[in-house]
Amino acid sequence: MGGHSVQLDQKALWGGKESPFQVSYGKMMMWFFLVSDALTFGGLLVAYGFTRHDCLEAWPIGEETFNSLPFLGHGYPLLYVALMTFILIVSSVTMVLAVEAGHRMDKKGVIKWMIATIIGGFFFVGSQAWEWYHFIHGSEFGKVELSDGSVAIVKGHFGEIENFTVTVAGSHHKKGAVIKEDLMHTFQHAAAAGHIENGIITLHDGSKAKINKAEDHDLTLIIKKSGSRYKSDKEHRMITGKQAHDLYYGALYSGESNRVIYGANLKQNEYGPQQYAQFFFFITGFHGFHVFSGVVINIIICLGVVAGTYHKRGHYEMVEKTGLYWHFVDLVWVFVFTFFYLI
Amino acid sequence: MERDDLIEYSLHAHHDEDKGKVIRKKIYFVTILLTAITVLEVFLGAVIKQDASIWPLVKWTFVVLTLLKAGYIVIVFMHLGDERPWLRYVILVPYFIFILYLIFIALWEAVYIKGVLSYFS
Repeated sequence: MGGHSVQLDQKALWGGKESPFQVSYGKMMMWFFLVSDALTFGGLLVAYGFTRHDCLEAWPIGEETFNSLPFLGHGYPLLYVALMTFILIVSSVTMVLAVEAGHRMDKKGVIKWMIATIIGGFFFVGSQAWEWYHFIHGSEFGKVELSDGSVAIVKGHFGEIENFTVTVAGSHHKKGAVIKEDLMHTFQHAAAAGHIENGIITLHDGSKAKINKAEDHDLTLIIKKSGSRYKSDKEHRMITGKQAHDLYYGALYSGESNRVIYGANLKQNEYGPQQYAQFFFFITGFHGFHVFSGVVINIIICLGVVAGTYHKRGHYEMVEKTGLYWHFVDLVWVFVFTFFYLI
Repeated sequence: MERDDLIEYSLHAHHDEDKGKVIRKKIYFVTILLTAITVLEVFLGAVIKQDASIWPLVKWTFVVLTLLKAGYIVIVFMHLGDERPWLRYVILVPYFIFILYLIFIALWEAVYIKGVLSYFS
């Protein structure tokens, strides 16, 4: 090159050695990965919002769909998800405490808090498995299509089924036999398939049996889709008392198939529009997969801490980087919790 | 082989026990705050029904509280508040530009599609 070049002060030049952000390559790339992952989750939640906005049917309400607790049954709106949120927040806190211990080069502290984080992560994944199980199996009442074509979800306490007394013998059961096993499962399958007529259930072997069942309590129908008679508007959507009982069992014991749907899968859905179940499985599933991989990464890094790899290095930046990922998982859950369960 | 061109930026983050106490205090404060916000959200969600006239206000309260929670997680737990300002901007600005655009375009489109669907149904 001809001419003369201007000598610049070395302080004004970036020589390529230092990071302009004063962070290591690994940490910066972790942040960039998290931005791209956040866009993926953002895209999923926006797609959920899109579907919800253009859906003509009534969208399920979080506190009506998720109102169960393990061992305690129904009637606890959102408490379980709140508990899951709390577990994840606490495991995020233990992670940040592990990072803080790392900044003091306190190896024992890092191990202690990372193990606590891993346990929290397992609790969360387990809770999600329970919730999926519950979502797939559905409520005791199911979603019912009433005689006028309207569709309702049902609340109340389901009276226990005591037994089936065989009235007409089939290939397996004799007349007068009392069946006491697998009652709820058999009952729900028969109701969905239309094998119950006027309180008489037709079993797999062709025998017919009388259903002996305790009374339901506080049975309430909430109309979700209007029919020719029952409407889903605010004033009329709740049906209670004897009318609710008659309408519900009128549908259940009609002998017609698909009048009642229990639980949700990719083809049918008790809780509302089909897309709702699809989004539930995809968003919570994708998040659950992140939690699971986070737990695995935490375990690997924790083993590295125990082996002393990072202590020898002079800093615990690896713990900080997995910490970033773990906090991100918590961050996503905060949004899923609001937009999927609360609103 | 020892490399002399690596700068261990993580060493800058080291601190002593006294500073650790201050940091831990902040962490516990944020823990309590996040828990309190979650409890408040669940309480509002369980008490106020979606067909109540006050619901839109509750909905926006949820959005604000969520952003508050997210802010505390990102700034305190993920230490983004301790990073260089330009690293903060490089991470947050592109994300917000894109996501706000996406939210706007998706919801706008969805409302229009709903209009079309209900016109033809």
